[in-house]
Amino acid sequence: MSTTQHLQDFVTQVRRDILRQVHQVNSGHPGGSLGCAEFFSVLYQEVMEYSTDFDMDGKNEDLFFLSNGHISPVFYSVLSRSGFFPVKELSTFRKIDSRLQGHPTTHEGLPGIRIASGSLGQGMSVAIGAAHTKKMNKDSHLVYSLHGDGELQEGQNWEAILYAGSKGIDNLIATVDYNKKQIDGATDDVLPLGNLKKKFEAFDWKVLELKEGNDIEAIKNTLAEAKSLTGKKQPIVILMETEMGNGVDFMMGTHAWHGKAPNDEQLETALAQNPETLGDY
Amino acid sequence: MKTYKNTGNIDTRSGFGAGLTELGKTNPDVVALCADLTGSLKMDEFKKNHPERFFQIGIAEANMIGIAAGMTIGGKIPFTGTFANFSTGRVYDQIRQSVAYSGKNVKICASHAGLTLGEDGATHQILEDIGMMKMLPGMTVINTCDYNQTKAATLAIAKHEGPVYLRFGRPKVANFTPEDQKFEIGKAVTLTEGNDVTIIATGHLVWEALEAAKELDEKGISAEVINIHTIKPLDEAAILKSVRKTKCVVTAEEHNVLGGLGESVARTLVLNDPAPQEFVATQDTFGESGEPLMLLDKYGLNAKAISEKAEAVILRKE
Repeated sequence: MSTTQHLQDFVTQVRRDILRQVHQVNSGHPGGSLGCAEFFSVLYQEVMEYSTDFDMDGKNEDLFFLSNGHISPVFYSVLSRSGFFPVKELSTFRKIDSRLQGHPTTHEGLPGIRIASGSLGQGMSVAIGAAHTKKMNKDSHLVYSLHGDGELQEGQNWEAILYAGSKGIDNLIATVDYNKKQIDGATDDVLPLGNLKKKFEAFDWKVLELKEGNDIEAIKNTLAEAKSLTGKKQPIVILMETEMGNGVDFMMGTHAWHGKAPNDEQLETALAQNPETLGDY
Repeated sequence: MKTYKNTGNIDTRSGFGAGLTELGKTNPDVVALCADLTGSLKMDEFKKNHPERFFQIGIAEANMIGIAAGMTIGGKIPFTGTFANFSTGRVYDQIRQSVAYSGKNVKICASHAGLTLGEDGATHQILEDIGMMKMLPGMTVINTCDYNQTKAATLAIAKHEGPVYLRFGRPKVANFTPEDQKFEIGKAVTLTEGNDVTIIATGHLVWEALEAAKELDEKGISAEVINIHTIKPLDEAAILKSVRKTKCVVTAEEHNVLGGLGESVARTLVLNDPAPQEFVATQDTFGESGEPLMLLDKYGLNAKAISEKAEAVILRKE
């Protein structure tokens, strides 16, 4: 099987996991999760070097921080299918006594999670701190992070963006899930972000634009380019244009599925569009 | 009655600076972060000795807390430094999620706490920080009383695994605890033994409590003064042992009566052996500009207030 076919099958299964997780507890955030299924799959299946024998310090491994913690369903699915914990544990998502909390946390000891997130805007600072420690430890591995676009409305991001640019944090690859939607509607209607590329550039970041943020090859190529640009005294951000709800026709083109679970009938329709590939949990 | 000698007035923040300087030499994992207050926090020496382990974050405290949390991943022990107000209230959610809930080994070191910050006024005089920090699960909360204790605490928290809030202050105050003291997190220090009333004090008011005990002694009242430097976890055994003997207690702190040490002591007592208690603390108010000692007098945080409350609480004993 080609790596692309494997990744496509992986993504399809991740979509099923996302849909089934949120459906089973009638809560959670499918829209952004589906939009980032390809990104997570490429990152964990092809790009990052890591050990599934989880160690919090993550020395001599690449690290990933999810800042927009509400898209936990995609994170949990990809972590479990990458070997961090049993896939069947996805059935405990958001249920009492679970390690799979509504938003990711280290508190319950879920392997693969290195920081709690959910209250928005904090992940970039954490990623910068981890990047600093990698340098101090003479560890050449990289730090990756993912942020929502609406999340950039939180001021702490701009403290972190200024800092990383000014201090030349060059072992960090941040990605913005640029789906242009948030809970209350289009980002342009809620609080326009303006020209994000120019804004990051004005803060001395290297900006890569990924127009096809749901295309596996395009993601692979952009992440490879980003990696090649590390170590040049400049942080890197990928503005990754994605489709919220990608892969489920009735969830695309709307912000309605940001934080809403499908009912039984909707789930059946959505799953029919994404046939089982690697086996459901 | 045991008495203590002031070996010379010096600020507690300098004790922090001295401790950090020593840690720089002895513990290569210790890193320091500061939000544009390096001089005020007495972090200059560490910065000079270890530029590769010192991080000037700029006036961006939320970012500082997040970076500190991230730095722990890979084994560093970050000490953040800024004023107490900007160490807590300004960054409560960052501490809550990225540090406390995430269980990160960050040491939040906070100077200029309380009224004795002085002339800058209420915008900077936080009187709510102990309450905020003690409510966070897993957070250790320490408020030191003099230079020597602050230095010892700074060294001790580097060896403690887990988040810590270390609170100290700006003005020069009496230095009276032993230079070679062993600082035990969570362990009360009994400074004077007495039978009539227990005085439990923290931070700058510990010296005032000792002064009050002298005044009371002259009146024939025997006061047991206990220094609680660790507000959480609280040394409940020491408190109960003393109050079971004296049957009443005065608590003293440079903090709001709501949420402070006094409430923690009261909770301990009502759950075990209820006893009359009086509180020396600010009374749900903001501070104001002024000289530190004048502010302590105006807001009733001094030896006189402590001795008066002691006499009052003794009268409430059954």
